[in-house]
Amino acid sequence: MTDAIDIRGVVKRYGSVTALHGVSLTIADNEFFTLLGPSGCGKTTLLRCIAGFEDVSAGEIRLFGQDIAAQDPNHRPVNTVFQQYALFPHMSVIDNVGFGLKMKGMASAERRARAGRMLEMVHLSDFADRLPAQLSGGQQQRVALARALAPEPRVLLLDEPLSALDLKLRQAMRVELKSLQEQTGITFIFVTHDQEEALTMSDRIAVMSQGRVQQIGTAREIYETPVNRFVADFIGETNLVAARIDSIIDGRAEVTLPGGQRLSCAAGAATSGAGAHHLSIRPERLNLVAAGAAGSDLDAVVERVVYLGTDLHLMARLDDGTPFNVRLQNSAGTTIPAAGARVGLAFEPGAARLLAD
Amino acid sequence: MKGVRHFPGFAAMAVACLVILYAPLVVVTVYSFNGSTSITTWGGFSWRWYTDVFTGPESARFAAAAWNSLSIAVLAATGATAIATAAALAMVRGGAFAARPATFALINLPLMVPEIVTAVATLIFFSTIGLTTGYLTILIAHVTFCIPFAYLPIAARLQGIDDSYEMAARDLYASRAQALRLILLPLMMPGVISGYLLAFIISLDDFIITNFVKGAGMETLPTAIFGSVKQGIKPNIMAISSMMLAVSVLFVTLSYLVNRIGQRTRQPDPARRTP
Repeated sequence: MTDAIDIRGVVKRYGSVTALHGVSLTIADNEFFTLLGPSGCGKTTLLRCIAGFEDVSAGEIRLFGQDIAAQDPNHRPVNTVFQQYALFPHMSVIDNVGFGLKMKGMASAERRARAGRMLEMVHLSDFADRLPAQLSGGQQQRVALARALAPEPRVLLLDEPLSALDLKLRQAMRVELKSLQEQTGITFIFVTHDQEEALTMSDRIAVMSQGRVQQIGTAREIYETPVNRFVADFIGETNLVAARIDSIIDGRAEVTLPGGQRLSCAAGAATSGAGAHHLSIRPERLNLVAAGAAGSDLDAVVERVVYLGTDLHLMARLDDGTPFNVRLQNSAGTTIPAAGARVGLAFEPGAARLLAD
Repeated sequence: MKGVRHFPGFAAMAVACLVILYAPLVVVTVYSFNGSTSITTWGGFSWRWYTDVFTGPESARFAAAAWNSLSIAVLAATGATAIATAAALAMVRGGAFAARPATFALINLPLMVPEIVTAVATLIFFSTIGLTTGYLTILIAHVTFCIPFAYLPIAARLQGIDDSYEMAARDLYASRAQALRLILLPLMMPGVISGYLLAFIISLDDFIITNFVKGAGMETLPTAIFGSVKQGIKPNIMAISSMMLAVSVLFVTLSYLVNRIGQRTRQPDPARRTP
């Protein structure tokens, strides 16, 4: 089957600044695909290239096999939900939703009926004749969705559509968006800098940084097997400690930490000792043991204990000064160490990943 | 911090400014209702000078002048607004082009060049190209100097319109022309109307340039009033002046209200994301 979107070596330059350095990725039909990254990473630029608001400097964008890079935005079967919604302020809600249909030449009666059905889908039938300014932020959001979905685009682009909403609404909209996507069967490309949003909704995620795709994978792949230090650090919380590679045998690496400790860990993408590397260990994968005990992989001094109810958050420091965070489940048997206590940290061999910088 | 009103002498200075600016207008307006023929002694309230404007010996001259003024103002404002709208679209939405600062200066030149200089230059220009001075030359001159007055409110309005509206329209299958006609122009309309009204009023009361390019036998209201005053000020001049003042106040107020309503109908942006 043809991919919904096939992006090949897309480069975007603004004068001397390069916003996208040869991005390539494919998005399957019916997929909920997220472009995730900090601001300035190029995710919105890539989205605008797909929508046609930006010309690409080099590369191809294929939509169901057809190269659309030279097409004007009004000729691309792709619709966008804008970050600030961009609802036409002088048109009623129903006229906003029907705008795309009108431009496609649909007759008035049919258009009204279809726009009405779209409003029903987003639970706003009672607001058809209002102006956008008379709606709340969450309602405007849903009108923007209905407007973009009404012409039945093959791909829907969403540019941080939830960022203007408050937390409660944002969480509710995540669920609603995901079910809308499943209902309509349209490919969604969602841009966000919020990793929680990305993890909750996406089939696959592309993590971007500095105009490059760092990693593409499911939420679990990206969280559990990050390919580099940026991804590990950006997705969730992790402990990073500089590591010198002594040897790599059968995918396992022997490393030495700055404090002189020697550890064995998964080699990940590392194939030789060349280049700087860091060891990444997620805080929730660590267990507490007695300091210096046989099972202890690293010794640390607890500096602060934060009690979070279901969780305990320990802020500790290794002997060489590297900060190390530990998350413990607060179960019946948990002993809470005091600040200043020296503890041993243990983890299973798979929990430590060696990452190139 | 204390406001400016706490500076010593603020009240006195404010009163002085108001008196100097508005007292003459008040005097003219009040004396336009004077029952006597004197322009300095009060002879009781009367509409006689207003009647005189419409039926008196000079009424035919004033009527012709008023018609010229109004028709020129309508045509000049229309022309200037059309040009200013196109200029604003190019300046605000045309991207960065090398000549933009120079173009901006050029558009606003009539605001900065002393009017008498423009008047002389325009007259020389018309006689050089062999255009006989008259209605047409007044109209051309008015369109020209009205452009910056129409341009400023239109450009200000356009700058306040986020370009995502046009992008959304294009995204929803509108051509460039459709996006302009169905989305951008309606959103610009308060600025366009405001600009039109300003241009209209500027054209209506222009004297210096008009006086230079009007040619013999051609009068607009300001030049007709000036002609009458040269033979001594009669109270009917005060009546005409008061009516022009009323029209000006009406138009400026309308322009202001249109702008304010425009601001209210603009979509309130949901809190902007900080990058």
